[in-house]
Amino acid sequence: MTMGLMGRKVGMTQIFGPEGGRFGVTVIAVEPNTVVKVKSADGADGYDALVLGVGAVKDKHINKPDRGFFIRQGVEQKRHLREVRVSASDAKMFEIGNELGVSLFAPGQFVDVVGTTKGRGFTGVIKRHNFHRPKSSHGTHEVFRHGGSLGTNTTPGRVWKGKKMAGHYGNERVTIQNLLIAGVDADNQYLLIKGSVPGPNGRLVFIQRARKLNP
Amino acid sequence: MNLIQLVEAEHLRFDLPELRAGQQIRVHTRIIEGTKERVQIFEGTVIAVRGSQVSRSFTVRKVSHGVGVERTFPLHSPRMMKIDVVQQGRVRRAKLYYLRDRTGKSAKLRKADLPA
Repeated sequence: MTMGLMGRKVGMTQIFGPEGGRFGVTVIAVEPNTVVKVKSADGADGYDALVLGVGAVKDKHINKPDRGFFIRQGVEQKRHLREVRVSASDAKMFEIGNELGVSLFAPGQFVDVVGTTKGRGFTGVIKRHNFHRPKSSHGTHEVFRHGGSLGTNTTPGRVWKGKKMAGHYGNERVTIQNLLIAGVDADNQYLLIKGSVPGPNGRLVFIQRARKLNP
Repeated sequence: MNLIQLVEAEHLRFDLPELRAGQQIRVHTRIIEGTKERVQIFEGTVIAVRGSQVSRSFTVRKVSHGVGVERTFPLHSPRMMKIDVVQQGRVRRAKLYYLRDRTGKSAKLRKADLPA
């Protein structure tokens, strides 16, 4: 099942393993993930899932339909909501108002982390598609970071679809699979994940059990 | 204290001396060979200290059988047994990379007082 949590990327540092090896880890702070709604296959929703909410939100930042939803559920309003699919038996273990924390994970487990990458704006082909830089000397002028030719002449007489060109880069949803949980601190509610995760420090990420390793 | 510092605090070590460029030091590290464990000593001159907190590391240079050997150690590594500071050399910069280009007497550092 894809049970998971929302957390906030705090930043990266290094830690030492038991054998003395040094590796980079990302620190993820986890505020309590509150169960806002339980969906069940027998109910109106037709499938089993939990809706998790995280973070306080002021009244002025929430619209009326959403506020109505929270009032109907009888829980405090939350800034971020996310649905996780669970098995029918798991769904019965949770009820509205339950809070989930880092204890959902244990060191040694593998997880997938979903996040939004840093937005880079309108970017050239060298940064965006890892093109090589053209020669800067031997007669080159004004074209130091261009992508070169877009294709051939009369055949096909157009540019292929999907041709890599400059454009908007970053700020897209990305899932990094099979990252190792290097540490769990239940007192301070943070996770250590070996390696990097998408997005700048402070951004919300979603951590779930690795789909391809936990069928 | 933010969370990053909290994570690093677990790995920081305070039992080791403050290192400075120019010091002659003996680094004792634990080496694990198969099932056996032993202590290896590397003695030389500190030519660089870089980084901060848990990522602090230092580079030690020595000349072994006429070949210059440099080794970089993570300061806070659990494999670090102890560091003996043998003597302090008089140096005027933080990175002593110029020693790489020198041999014999010109590669020697004048002795200075050890920092308190």
